[in-house]
Amino acid sequence: MTSPLVKIRSLEKRFDLSGSLLEQLRFENGRFRRKQEAVHAINGVDLDVHKGETLCVVGESGCGKSTVARTVMGLLSPSAGEIHYDGERIDHLDGKAVQPYRRKMQMIFQNPYASLNPRMTIQQTLEEPIRFHYPQWSATEVRDKVHEVMHSVGIDPDWGSRFGHEFSGGQRQRIAIARALAVDPEFIVADEPISALDVSIQAQVLNLLMDAQESCSLTYLFITHDLAVVEHFGTRVAVMYLGRVCELADTKTLFATPRHPYTQALLSAIPRLEDDRPNHIRLQGEVPTPVQLPSGCVFHGRCPYANDRCRQEIPQLIATDGGGQVACHAVEEGRL
Amino acid sequence: MALLEVNDLDVRFAVRGGDLKALRGISFSLDKGERLGLVGESGAGKSVAAFSILNLIAKPGYIAGGQILFEGRDLAAMSERELRGIRGNRIAMIFQDPMMTLNPVLTIGTQMVEAIQAHRKISKKEARKIALDRLQKVQIPSPEKRLDQYPHELSGGMRQRVIIAIALLLDPEIIIADEPTTALDVTIQAEIMALLLDLCEQENVALMLITHDLGVVSQVTQRMLVMYSGRIIEQGPTREIINDAQHPYTQGLINALPQMGEPGERLFQIPGSMPSLKNVPTGCPFHPRCHFATEQCKQAMPEYVRSGNVNVACYEVANLIEQEKRMQEAES
Repeated sequence: MTSPLVKIRSLEKRFDLSGSLLEQLRFENGRFRRKQEAVHAINGVDLDVHKGETLCVVGESGCGKSTVARTVMGLLSPSAGEIHYDGERIDHLDGKAVQPYRRKMQMIFQNPYASLNPRMTIQQTLEEPIRFHYPQWSATEVRDKVHEVMHSVGIDPDWGSRFGHEFSGGQRQRIAIARALAVDPEFIVADEPISALDVSIQAQVLNLLMDAQESCSLTYLFITHDLAVVEHFGTRVAVMYLGRVCELADTKTLFATPRHPYTQALLSAIPRLEDDRPNHIRLQGEVPTPVQLPSGCVFHGRCPYANDRCRQEIPQLIATDGGGQVACHAVEEGRL
Repeated sequence: MALLEVNDLDVRFAVRGGDLKALRGISFSLDKGERLGLVGESGAGKSVAAFSILNLIAKPGYIAGGQILFEGRDLAAMSERELRGIRGNRIAMIFQDPMMTLNPVLTIGTQMVEAIQAHRKISKKEARKIALDRLQKVQIPSPEKRLDQYPHELSGGMRQRVIIAIALLLDPEIIIADEPTTALDVTIQAEIMALLLDLCEQENVALMLITHDLGVVSQVTQRMLVMYSGRIIEQGPTREIINDAQHPYTQGLINALPQMGEPGERLFQIPGSMPSLKNVPTGCPFHPRCHFATEQCKQAMPEYVRSGNVNVACYEVANLIEQEKRMQEAES
C-alpha cells in the first residue's frame, strides 16, 4: 500500500479558557489557588488520508471535527501530535517553508456568506490566490486561469466584475470552490460545505465536488454532520465523539454493520424517507462538556453497554473483521 | 368542519417599488389531531404561511386577501385583542431557535407561570403546578430544579423541550412548529421529533410542521404540502407523495436527496435556484427550472388537478391524466 497523503498522529488540541494569571487566581478556604481550565477539543486522533479518496469525518457539534480540519490546514497549531503531508512533517513549519503546502492544501468553509470578502469582486477574489502562489504568471495567464475555474464550477466568467452579495448561496459556494481550485491543489479540506444550502442546491454542489475530484484527481477531507451525505459521498468514514475517533471504516461497511454503540445510535437517528415513525436508538443524557472529560471511554455515560472497565480505561482503536477500526471495550470483549 | 381552514390566502410585503407577493392564494385545511407537513426550500413562503395564521406578519407585511377560519371564525379579520386570546392559548407556536424565544433574564418557571396567567385567572401556585406537570410530560430530568433555572443553564435539546412544554401549557388545539429541530444535533433532533409526535398523539393536538427535511416529514406527518415561490404546488397524503410524487419539483426534491442516489454516482439535480420574490416568473413559477416546461407553462399558473388523493398544480400532470382518461374511454 502506498503511503498516505496526509498523516495525522496522536493529535491533540486544547483551548485555554482560564485567561491571564490574575483571572486564574481563586480565593478558596482562606488561601489563593490557581485554577486552569481548557476545552479539550481533540484528544489523541490518528487518521490517514489516502490519495484520491474522500475521508469523511462525522460527529455532532463539539466533537472536534472542525478543529481537526483547521489543525490539518495549519489554521490552528496543535497542542501535541504531528501532521505529515506526503511524507513531510508540516505542523511545525513556519513562514516560507509552509508556503508550498498552502498551495497544495486548500479549504472550503461552511458559510459562503462569510468566506467571501464583500469588498472584492469575484474576479479579484479568484485572482488573489493565483497571483500569490504564481507570482511569475502574466496578467493574461492569471485571467485565463480565472476564466477556466469559473467555467469549471458553472459560473459565467462574464460575472467576474460582480460582488459576492449579488449571488445566491449556492453560487457563492461555487465561487468558494473555484477559489480553492484556482491554484491546482491536491488536497481539499471541506468543512460542512453544503450545510448552509437548500436541498436542491446541495445536490448541485455535491455533484460539482465529485466532478472536480474526478477531473483534478483531488483528495478530500470532508467534515460533516449529515450522515446521508457521507453514505453517498465518502470512501471511508471516521466517527468522532468528544475529541476522539470512536470508529473508522469503509463507508459501505460502516453503514451496513456499525460496531460502536455511538455509531449505531447516530445512524439510527437519520430520518429516512421510508420511515413511518422515528425509530432511533435512544441514548441516555447528553454530550458531556469537553472541559471536564469523563474518565475512561468518553461515551460511557450514555452507553447502554458500559461497565466498570469502560468507566476507567480509555479504549484504543482495534481492527475489526470488516477491515475497520473501533474503539470500544464491549466490541473487543465480544459483548457487542 | 375542519379545525383550521385557510382559503385563498394572499400575503404581501409592501416595499419600495411595489408589493412582493410572498403567498399567492394558498388554501389548505387541518383537522383535529391531524399532523400536516409544510415542505419547501428557503424563500418558498412556508414560514410566512405559519406566521400569517396567527397574524404575526410584521410590517411591511400584510394579509392582502383570503380567510383563515379557526373553528369557523376568521383570524384574519379579528382584532388584536381577540387574537391574543387565541395565540399561545388555542394555537401555540414553536420556533427554530429556543434561545430566541426564551427570555434570558427570567427563570423557566417565571416564564411558564406568566404564560398561564396571561390566559387564565389562577393563582401562581396552581400555575406552577401546571408548569411542573408539562415539564414532566416532555421528560426533562429533575423538572422541579428546572423551574428555577435560567435558559442559559440548559443545553440546546433541553431548551427545546422547555419550549414544547410551554406550547402545551394551555392544552392548545393546534401546535405550529417552524423548523423545531433544525438547530439541533442529529441524535437530539430524533429525540425531540419523537417526543413531539408522541405528545401530539397522546393529547390529540393537531400539528403543523414546517421543515425542509423530507425524512422528518415522512416520519411525523400524515399529510403534506409542498410549497414553491409562494404557492402550494402539491398536497396530499404524505406516504403517497413521498412514494409517488407528481409535481416535477417534488420529484426533483426527493431525487436530489443523497439517500436516493447510488453511492458515488452523481445526484439528480434541479438546475438553477428558487426565483426571488422581486422577479417571479410568469405562469408556473417553476417553469424556468422544469424539464417538462412548454409554452403553456409560461402563460398562466396551472389549476389544481387530482391524481389519486393528491392535488397537483402542473400542466404536464394534467395532460397525463387527460391522456389516461382518453385511453380508458377508447378501451371501453
